[in-house]
Amino acid sequence: MTVGLFIPCYIDQFYPNAAIATLNLLKKLGVDVVYPTKQTCCGQPMANSGFEHLTQGCNNLFIENFAEFDYIVSPSGSCVLHLKDHLNAKSSDNEAQAKSIRKKIYELTEFLTDVLKVDKLTASFPHKVGMHQSCHGQRGLMLAQMTELVAPAYSKPMHLLNMVQGLEIITLNRPDECCGFGGTFCVAEEAVSAKMGKDRVADHVHNGAEYITAADMSCLMHMEGILRRQKSNVKVIHIAEILNAQEF
Amino acid sequence: MSKGTKDHAQLSDVFNADEARVNWHDETLWFVRAKRDKAAHNLPEWEMLRETASQIKDNVLSNLHDYLLQFESMAQENGIKVHWASNGEEHNQIVHSILKDSGVDRIVKSKSMLTEECHLNDYLQHNGIEVIDTDLGERIVQLANEPPSHIVLPCIHKKKEEIGDLFHEHLGTPEGMADPVFLTAAAREHLREKFITRKAAITGVNFAVAETGEFVVCTNEGNADMGAHLADVHIACMGIEKLVPQRKHLSVFLRLLARSATGQPITTYSSHFKRPRKGQTMHIILVDNGRTTQLGRPDFRNSLKCIRCGACMNTCPVYRRSGGHSYHTAIAGPIGSILAPNLDMKEYADLPFASTLCGSCTNVCPVKINIHEQLYKWRQVIVKEGYADPKKAMAMKAMEFTLSKPAVYKTAGKAGRWVLKHIPFAVNNKLNLWYNHREMPAVPKQSFGEWYKENVKHD
Amino acid sequence: MTSRDAILAKVKNNQPATRPLPADLSTLNTDFDKIDAFTNILTTIGGAVIRVANFDEIKDYLLKENQDKKRIISTLPELQEITELNWQHNDPHSYENVDLAIIKAHFGVAENAALWITEDLMEQRVVPFICQQLAVVVNKADILPTMHDAYSRIGNAEYGFGVFIAGPSKTADIEQSLVLGAHGPKGMTVFILG
Repeated sequence: MTVGLFIPCYIDQFYPNAAIATLNLLKKLGVDVVYPTKQTCCGQPMANSGFEHLTQGCNNLFIENFAEFDYIVSPSGSCVLHLKDHLNAKSSDNEAQAKSIRKKIYELTEFLTDVLKVDKLTASFPHKVGMHQSCHGQRGLMLAQMTELVAPAYSKPMHLLNMVQGLEIITLNRPDECCGFGGTFCVAEEAVSAKMGKDRVADHVHNGAEYITAADMSCLMHMEGILRRQKSNVKVIHIAEILNAQEF
Repeated sequence: MSKGTKDHAQLSDVFNADEARVNWHDETLWFVRAKRDKAAHNLPEWEMLRETASQIKDNVLSNLHDYLLQFESMAQENGIKVHWASNGEEHNQIVHSILKDSGVDRIVKSKSMLTEECHLNDYLQHNGIEVIDTDLGERIVQLANEPPSHIVLPCIHKKKEEIGDLFHEHLGTPEGMADPVFLTAAAREHLREKFITRKAAITGVNFAVAETGEFVVCTNEGNADMGAHLADVHIACMGIEKLVPQRKHLSVFLRLLARSATGQPITTYSSHFKRPRKGQTMHIILVDNGRTTQLGRPDFRNSLKCIRCGACMNTCPVYRRSGGHSYHTAIAGPIGSILAPNLDMKEYADLPFASTLCGSCTNVCPVKINIHEQLYKWRQVIVKEGYADPKKAMAMKAMEFTLSKPAVYKTAGKAGRWVLKHIPFAVNNKLNLWYNHREMPAVPKQSFGEWYKENVKHD
Repeated sequence: MTSRDAILAKVKNNQPATRPLPADLSTLNTDFDKIDAFTNILTTIGGAVIRVANFDEIKDYLLKENQDKKRIISTLPELQEITELNWQHNDPHSYENVDLAIIKAHFGVAENAALWITEDLMEQRVVPFICQQLAVVVNKADILPTMHDAYSRIGNAEYGFGVFIAGPSKTADIEQSLVLGAHGPKGMTVFILG
């Protein structure tokens, strides 16, 4: 099996460690991973702003870069959801490829639990960790059960975190409230976005988190911005970095 | 109502100037969401109820023409006068003419979001008719000369001290008295006098049954019943989408409505009006006001399934932190943001963007409206129709140019530089807005692409 | 074209292809104590349940508990001797000073403590809303599990007005503080008979 690694633009440029951890984790689990170097972006920033009609260039590029792989894996639930919902080919010739990509693209934690069926990890991370359930991953990709629904509980990311030695998951007052990032929302609706971020961070801090983790770096980037402004010692860390950690 | 010069973001800025108040508003509505969760989780069949309600409404929308005719004929057979209004203005004129014919110039009205949508109060008052809102929350905002900020909890934005001041001014309660029990008792006395002396009552309609021609009104206070059973003339105003096919379908909706709205197992009163009482005249006004247009929009038509429970507002992290008035429309929150652009796309072009698309609204919706997906779709429509900020459109085109060309993306700058300028902070060139409350991410030495080239390619 | 015709034409033109009605739901779990559930819920929403064996017990209770009440009316012939006579045919406004009204319900619903009462059991529609205190008598055998059972029982029954009443009139409009007696009864007592 060959996996194409999709690293969203802001992770590529701001959070290379999350991408490196994703790559190394997959390799450690015996996966043949390739990173197509001509990749850029899934097109979500434009689409969520109402400019989906401008995303054809990104879509074409994505299909060109990733059609050949057995699976496509990305450490971002939000970008994966966007591609699953909105990746379309320009011409009907390529539509089969687009359709196949929409099916075989996975967010990292769901790839680990659903495809690789990982049941143990050699990771160690002796810290108190708050798990932020990013909305697009949770409610879109259904990585975890949602508090609104009357249905059995499960969480793919938590399932993996529970395999990490020394790690303690803290309990939040609001387990799946949005952090307020929301793409361009974070500046277009600055007041509400920042307030949502402050409230989300406060829930983690008050419940004793040393780290806030998530399967989406964009939420973490938002919360990191707030933590650093507050000069907090609490850090954000992508879940791939924890699942790949060797801290004792 | 008009937003004047301020859009949702600007009105939210104003709301957020008082952070303690935002916290209070957020906590109060979260408390209602928590009560909803508890009520829902008490019913193992909850998700099946939602699915069934959604399918019943699918059937209603797909057969609305015949159900409307059936309802009209049954209601007429029951002795109810049925009127049809194409828009808010016609609705208001019909109400006014009924009142004029009955020689009534003072009325009581129980809660009806439709009459809010049609701005009935303004219209009637302009025509010399006094309207007293009898729902306590609505009476409070009426005294404050404000619109409701929530469809179920109209004055949820008001603190009890502010209500105490209003009552002191208008009802003569002691200055500084802010005890809810005392204030409610004062309102009871004040409004009893209105119920006893007014000859016409307006109510909304929660559900209307095509099969029987009856309609159901749900309240906790009993104000709709106090008004209707004492008045000589009862006017019930409803949107054409309020129909259910058969009486038995009420069981599904009455199980869902109050649990979703407030966490109660049912509202105190679920009143089924089938015939006027002896000596009374009863009218129903069936109102379109954009609903038939929405019915013709395949992407948006199932917003017409809405039963006005308000659950999407209580759960919405944006609504809780921006307040109902920031939506500058009669129906605020997520559902209002997908209904309003149908009525006036330009005026409400901002509302579909007042969301992070987190999807919680869709999950609490008792009739399974895909609210957050419709918000996304409205964004596309609004941009295509030309209601987007031209500066934003320019930025998006620049972004598209770079992101669709790997070579440009790579050469646009070393690690972080391009993204720092363009995604997502710099749209509208509002870089500084991120910085108001947040630090920028630190720029690493290398991008992942650069690291990969150095460390992996040459393995 | 009239507005009616215009609306109907536009609906016809814009409505989607026919979608079928879903299967009827029925109560999933009937294996619970209906009386307990009804009592617990009514108590939570501000009402009170009194279990009685017969109408004499209701009379005793009412006489003991309502000595301060000036005007007590009832639609129940069994309670005639302790309530006002011939009150039924006056203007609805005249009941404004009723302190206590005692009426009968067709049945109650365990899942939400709602009682189904139609016009014929009220004599005057306004009675259960305008009185200061409301008491309702329901047979023990008539407590049904859920609203699905409720509407099965109602079936195609004819009524001019019918209402589910669950507890006293209430509001939480002021800062979500629950207050009983918004406009209607400030208290509600349910006599479960049998």
